[in-house]
Amino acid sequence: MSLTNVFNIAGTGMNAQSIRLNTTASNIANAETVSSSIDETYKARKPWFQVLEKQWDDVDGLNRKLDVRSQIGDGVKIAGIVESDAPLQKRFQPHHPMADEEGYVLYPNVNIVEEMTDMMSSSRSYQMNVEVMKTAKQMLQRTLTLGQ
Amino acid sequence: MSALGFKNSLGIHPQTLQLRASRAEVLANNLANSDTPNFKARDFDFQAMLDAESRRSLSMNVTSEKHQRGTVDTDSDLLFRNPYQPSIDGNTVDSQMEQSFYTENALRYNSSFQFLNGKFKGLKEAISGQ
Repeated sequence: MSLTNVFNIAGTGMNAQSIRLNTTASNIANAETVSSSIDETYKARKPWFQVLEKQWDDVDGLNRKLDVRSQIGDGVKIAGIVESDAPLQKRFQPHHPMADEEGYVLYPNVNIVEEMTDMMSSSRSYQMNVEVMKTAKQMLQRTLTLGQ
Repeated sequence: MSALGFKNSLGIHPQTLQLRASRAEVLANNLANSDTPNFKARDFDFQAMLDAESRRSLSMNVTSEKHQRGTVDTDSDLLFRNPYQPSIDGNTVDSQMEQSFYTENALRYNSSFQFLNGKFKGLKEAISGQ
């Protein structure tokens, strides 16, 4: 039944967006986490979105390939979370306890402006998926009243 | 053929409902992937699909296992949407457009449902004979 599939699709969308919100929260919370070596410094984390393709059994695969419904994806997935390779911020703060020999402290490569826009974008996308689910729910409830 | 009887009286509405539900799935998938890089928005030609659905009954009879299962060839593929504002990451989902398509699709689903419901009500009345 296609309509119940809409629930799954909107669910994957909401899940992906909430993971994206989580990475944003982590990035903002750690925006001022300092360190004195490049390896230890926090780097901005970004989710990697990918289309979730439909999974078929091999036997069914051939027949279903011909059906248009098999070409519809199954929502979205997070293929992984990658660390940004943007350069870290180096600030000259010789009196800081984490300063290295030359007096520099390493700050994460988190761009607060970027994170805020990311946050707005993901919360809007989340709402959109909720609306999709709401509409599908109304359609299904309507169908249940058929013949009454 | 009489207009009564389930097969004839329901008309095209059962297929329409099914197609509307499938289209809801396609559009929901577009919306779920509105932030996925390189995702191309899909949709189908509703008219062509409906024609294909109603011609599905034209498939060949199979009386032996060695027979080919002939089906009527239709170009019922999912198409790609032409974006109004392509984005830099290769994503072609215009979420506002998709949302309006989705809502419109749901409304049309409801209207088809209304017709189908009316047909069933009519049949019920015919059965009870009052």
